[in-house]
Amino acid sequence: MNAETNCCVVSSAPTAKRFGPGQGRNSSPGPIRTKSTLEKRVTFKGWLLPLCLVAPQLLISAAFFFYPAAQAIWQSLFIPDPFGLSSQFVGLGNFEFLFSDRYYRASFLTTAVFSTLVTIASMVPALFLAVVADRLLKGGTTYRTLLIWPYAVAPAVAGVLWLFMFNTRIGVVTWYLGLLGYDWNHALNGGEAMGLVILASAWGRISYNFLFFLAALQSVPRSVIEAAAIDGARFWKRFFTVVLPLLSPTTFFLLVVNVVYSFFETFGVIHTITSGGPQQSTTILVYKVYADGFVGQDLGSSAAQSVVLLLVVGVLTVVQFKYIEKKVHY
Amino acid sequence: MSHAAMIAGVLIVCFPAWLAFVASTVSQPDITKPPMPLLPGGHFLENYKAALFAGVNVPVARMLANSMVMAVGIAVGKIIISLLSAFAIVYFRFPCRQAFFWLIFLTLMLPVEVRIVPTYEVVANFGMLNSYSGLIFPLIASATATFLFRQFFLTIPDELAEAARVDGARPMRFFVDIVLPMSQTNIAALFVILFIYGWNQYLWPLLITTDPDMNTIVMGIKQMFPSGDDIADWPVIMATSILAMVPPVLVILGMQKLFIRGLVDSEK
Repeated sequence: MNAETNCCVVSSAPTAKRFGPGQGRNSSPGPIRTKSTLEKRVTFKGWLLPLCLVAPQLLISAAFFFYPAAQAIWQSLFIPDPFGLSSQFVGLGNFEFLFSDRYYRASFLTTAVFSTLVTIASMVPALFLAVVADRLLKGGTTYRTLLIWPYAVAPAVAGVLWLFMFNTRIGVVTWYLGLLGYDWNHALNGGEAMGLVILASAWGRISYNFLFFLAALQSVPRSVIEAAAIDGARFWKRFFTVVLPLLSPTTFFLLVVNVVYSFFETFGVIHTITSGGPQQSTTILVYKVYADGFVGQDLGSSAAQSVVLLLVVGVLTVVQFKYIEKKVHY
Repeated sequence: MSHAAMIAGVLIVCFPAWLAFVASTVSQPDITKPPMPLLPGGHFLENYKAALFAGVNVPVARMLANSMVMAVGIAVGKIIISLLSAFAIVYFRFPCRQAFFWLIFLTLMLPVEVRIVPTYEVVANFGMLNSYSGLIFPLIASATATFLFRQFFLTIPDELAEAARVDGARPMRFFVDIVLPMSQTNIAALFVILFIYGWNQYLWPLLITTDPDMNTIVMGIKQMFPSGDDIADWPVIMATSILAMVPPVLVILGMQKLFIRGLVDSEK
């Protein structure tokens, strides 16, 4: 989903826009702002033409979005027989079975731990780098260029890069850890596997978060910071008491976007590095839908899991809209 | 001091890719006898040639071409259908307009990851497995792009449409002569974002391309690892990883301004 989901996440976030990159003190005018409720007064007549114009999008949405989603909901109520010839209606049986499954409940916990840590691991370094970059008068653009490119690296490719560094037999990092007396083996150790997929997933996101934090920092009024400086506040004190609160809309926005990213877009990282193992210790929810549906061919359960995920996406979307509208601010 | 911190940050961020690049320029024994060197070796041409023209299952050149078709197809397809539907929604009043708008909005809540099995079945029924249309079409319905263009169209002054109407221009003439030229920058910025989105797809190509000839490069790398205990052909695999990163990274670096603009626009 990449950029795609991020977008969905906060359509209508005025805050995000206000603090987005490109809006900084030296930059060209940003995107044009309009109220989303605005309507055109001047319109063209006719109804056949506009229907033809929306048709391609609606047909594709119907065939590849709505029908499959409805199908997932429908299938989640049935159990197909082993030959796939008929299926039996079981009501919410698939869901009951799902939630009594120890591995499925564990997958919820895994997802929570994974997404929390990915979010922290991608936001904290990004904020630090943005604060430092913001202080620099020279070379800012060069550093930005050197930091933003990982955004373009596919999660699956990031997975391969990190797998290579931490490969149990030939990895460079593994070798140096061995010198220090640490025996790294993410193929056997669930904690290490989790650490590795978190690092690989957070890596590319640092660029993204960095861009947004930098733009937000650049839009903090200099007068506010100077006032604090005149009052004798030191840099880091100034940062925590004055600047950080002013960044809260951006921080909250990034928090939501990164959680959504770690839920839905990290499949490639997990598939390339651990395939969900060892002992399902890195099987996040999205990975489990794939593993049960395609590898395990358990269609009823996979459909029920899809429905649960649909609910998760729904809740996340509502949260974004509700809270981002309110603008988290001091 | 600040520069030192930035340089350290840049080095850490760049290290994984640097290591991959080094690995793509040395020989297999250099890698399998750890620790591998940290400076490039002399096998650059050899490894990239092996990857591009021989590969492991299929020449990487083939996978690059597949990825290019998919990424451009998705970006162009999304832009076209979104431009059309946004134009219809902004410039016309027709039955069910609001309902259509909400239907498009709803697709935001249905990422491919949560409906993979039924979507796969649909594509299989259309006979689109292992085809470019199967790679492209299920991914080109985009609420994001539609919203972006809708927002932008709403900022086009009413006088322009008024004038066009007075002059007796048909709606499509107005669209082609006025709206499209005005949307150029938005289209370009969105193209950058969508190209990267399409290029980096992993799960979908993994599901529907069982024929190695149709693999995209991002999903094909994983297929190059041997199953079981055989040792992977690391120099070729890492050369392939570098080749998989180069196009989207070049797009971002070459069009940094448009990229940042696209990122912000599509976030709103």
